[in-house]
Amino acid sequence: MTINEIKTAFFNALSNVAPEIDLEGLDPDQDLRDAFDLDSMDILNLTIELHETLFVDIPEADLPKLTTAAGAVDYLVSRLA
Amino acid sequence: MAEFRMPSLGADMEAGTLVEWLKAPGDIITRGDIIAVIETQKGAIEIEVFESGELTELLVKPGTTVPVGTPIAVINSGEPETEVEHPQVVLPKIPPPQAASTPSPEPEMPPYRTVKVSPAARRLASERKVDITKIAGTGPGGAIISKDVIANVSIQPRGLDLAEMRKAIAAAMARSKREIPHYYLSHTVDLTQASEWLVQTNADRLPAERLLMGALFLKATALAIAQRTGFNGHFTDGAFQPSGPVHTGVAISIRGGGLVSPALRDTNTLTLDNLMVKMRDLVNRARQGRLRSSEITDATVTISSLGERGVERLYGVIYPPQVALVGFGRVTRKPVVVGDAVLPRPTVVVTLAADHRVSDGQAGARLLADIDTLLQKPETL
Repeated sequence: MTINEIKTAFFNALSNVAPEIDLEGLDPDQDLRDAFDLDSMDILNLTIELHETLFVDIPEADLPKLTTAAGAVDYLVSRLA
Repeated sequence: MAEFRMPSLGADMEAGTLVEWLKAPGDIITRGDIIAVIETQKGAIEIEVFESGELTELLVKPGTTVPVGTPIAVINSGEPETEVEHPQVVLPKIPPPQAASTPSPEPEMPPYRTVKVSPAARRLASERKVDITKIAGTGPGGAIISKDVIANVSIQPRGLDLAEMRKAIAAAMARSKREIPHYYLSHTVDLTQASEWLVQTNADRLPAERLLMGALFLKATALAIAQRTGFNGHFTDGAFQPSGPVHTGVAISIRGGGLVSPALRDTNTLTLDNLMVKMRDLVNRARQGRLRSSEITDATVTISSLGERGVERLYGVIYPPQVALVGFGRVTRKPVVVGDAVLPRPTVVVTLAADHRVSDGQAGARLLADIDTLLQKPETL
């Protein structure tokens, strides 16, 4: 799986969880929770989506690594390598 | 033969607009089936029926706004009719002019309009169910680009009209502050046990099976509420009508500024796993504006949890005709005295807003103490 495919999968998952997010204007380094008002249920839904689409299990302890879009993509790339 | 009427989904609702019929004449329906979608101030609501039988007639066309109590469909429940031989005659048809009182939901469009739409925008519009013929483009030559579709999605978050929702909140909360003599209590609960148990429990679970602290709060509160009188039920017609089952209204915030508290039924009897599944479903549907009529009316007490990003303490406003609201602030690490030591511990402040016409601070204090006790034994929830 290429980095671009992982990126697309992440943004699709994010977009399903919070359809209001303007992905084109997304700053990859901003805190997703603060920027888009994501709560713990949203983050859980995001990890469920990623598990279903990328078959990657994200342990709860790793959730802080999904704080920013850039960090999340890096993390997923490392998990899927 | 029974008339199915436009239901009242709260004291502030006067009329509803029929959006869509989900059943057709001739269909056999069972109590609890969803037969239609109506548009209200709380968003699009799926309407359940209270009878079983054959749906024989639809009396209201989609797009029509009718007052609460207006017959909108006829259900043949199969019971022998004695007094009504010609039911068709006694059923008032809704005259089509009703529709004229509200703007038609489908304004007439010119038969053909040349609009440039970028392929990405077209795909996005179809995914997000945005009608591309009704938005303006800001791209070259007025073309619709992704940004325009996104802008439209955020204005209208899927069947939810946030301005209307604000009016509904205002009406309910003004009534609450006018009629309900609130009293408030608060109590700090040490969550060390609950947090450790949650981490252990979730460690070997796949994401879809994990539990959130919010589920523990809901279950502990529902169990405590079920053991006490004076917090679970409705205050109507000058008297408190206690409820046996605990149907917790779960306060759910809507991104963009809105709040709805649909009922999660029989919270005290659900397993944590089951409760979690229902909570996820409820949050998702609330945010999409797809709640059911019973979920709007059935809550017997409300629980509001600020989650990870809120503040420490919330002061609830009771949702009438309920008589209590239990609030949970953000889970915060605080110094706690344990024996002779001061240790950093995860804590949460639990608050109670309750109705003094029904209960007193003494009983309220015991309720909060019960919630504390239950949260110290998360494995028993």
